[in-house]
Amino acid sequence: MGNIIFNGVIYLIAIVFLIISLIKSRQKTKTALIKAWNSFRSLLPLLLGIILLVGIILSILNTKTISRMIGEESGVQGFLLASIVGSITLIPGFIAFPTAALLLEGGAGYAQIAAFVQTLMMVGIVTLPLEIKYFNKKVAILRNIISFILSIGVAYVIGFVLGIWK
Amino acid sequence: MKESNKKKYNLKGIIKRYLFFIITLIFLGVLFAFDPNRGLKATDVIIYSFKEILLVLPPIFILIGLLDVWIPKEIMIKHLGEESGFKGIVLAFLFGIFAAGPLYAAFPIAAVFMKKQVKFSNIIIFIGAWSTTKIPMLLFEISSLGFKFALLRLALNIFVIIIIAYLIGISVKKDEVLAMYKKAEKL
Repeated sequence: MGNIIFNGVIYLIAIVFLIISLIKSRQKTKTALIKAWNSFRSLLPLLLGIILLVGIILSILNTKTISRMIGEESGVQGFLLASIVGSITLIPGFIAFPTAALLLEGGAGYAQIAAFVQTLMMVGIVTLPLEIKYFNKKVAILRNIISFILSIGVAYVIGFVLGIWK
Repeated sequence: MKESNKKKYNLKGIIKRYLFFIITLIFLGVLFAFDPNRGLKATDVIIYSFKEILLVLPPIFILIGLLDVWIPKEIMIKHLGEESGFKGIVLAFLFGIFAAGPLYAAFPIAAVFMKKQVKFSNIIIFIGAWSTTKIPMLLFEISSLGFKFALLRLALNIFVIIIIAYLIGISVKKDEVLAMYKKAEKL
């Protein structure tokens, strides 16, 4: 729901600016659209591969498999597994949050859930080739490693705080 | 003769650029052959992702194009550049927070920021904010995992994002940043 509203707002902003741009200069608007198209085209080849790869990974790694791995009383092992599963893939929010909510109901700890959600968003091994394309190897790998380590810290703190603050 | 050479080169270029896609396509084919059910499930996710892309990416790329053409470098440098200080950090955060779309959509925006000489650590802050503090995601998170969980994670991540930007900022050399900014001109 939030997504739909937000997408709508972004469309609205883009359309309003596009109209303003058209009124001010048709030539510049044309250049802008060509640039938009070119930057989309340079993203496309890798993006297509990544989408397929995510699809293949998720067909193997479904909600059930994930719950078995990081479910009830999976402890430190589950915590680490949650971080690793979260790091590999870029799971769309529509799968990630319901899965996380299910895990929570199933008795998984807050720390595990936090590790999963946190690494899911911040660390992306599958999207690494894209990140390298736009930055470079060093920055992309460094960002993912630092994010992974700090994500574990965040998950630990969330587990600790929510353990007390019920 | 020359013309055909050029065509050959183009085809080679296309195959090279799409190599990763072709490999994943072969994987998908193998998956279908061995486990049609899994193959179908993979296709479901793939179709969803394509829909998401077709829905989310067009306005983002139009805004990238408009920003590239209309916003002068000087303005971006003033607000988000080397000397932008605290204001630059806040702005970089806001750009990421009010985003919609998957993380990979943030990379082309980062490229246009590089073109406009936005400070490198601010670009990393933007990427961090986009990855984990986006409002649409936050709403989804609150509804499925609860208010406390989501807000605590958000609060912690504000520090995490700044630490990441700081650490990357000190470990990347000036000439590496320049090389990335130069590369961005061509993307």
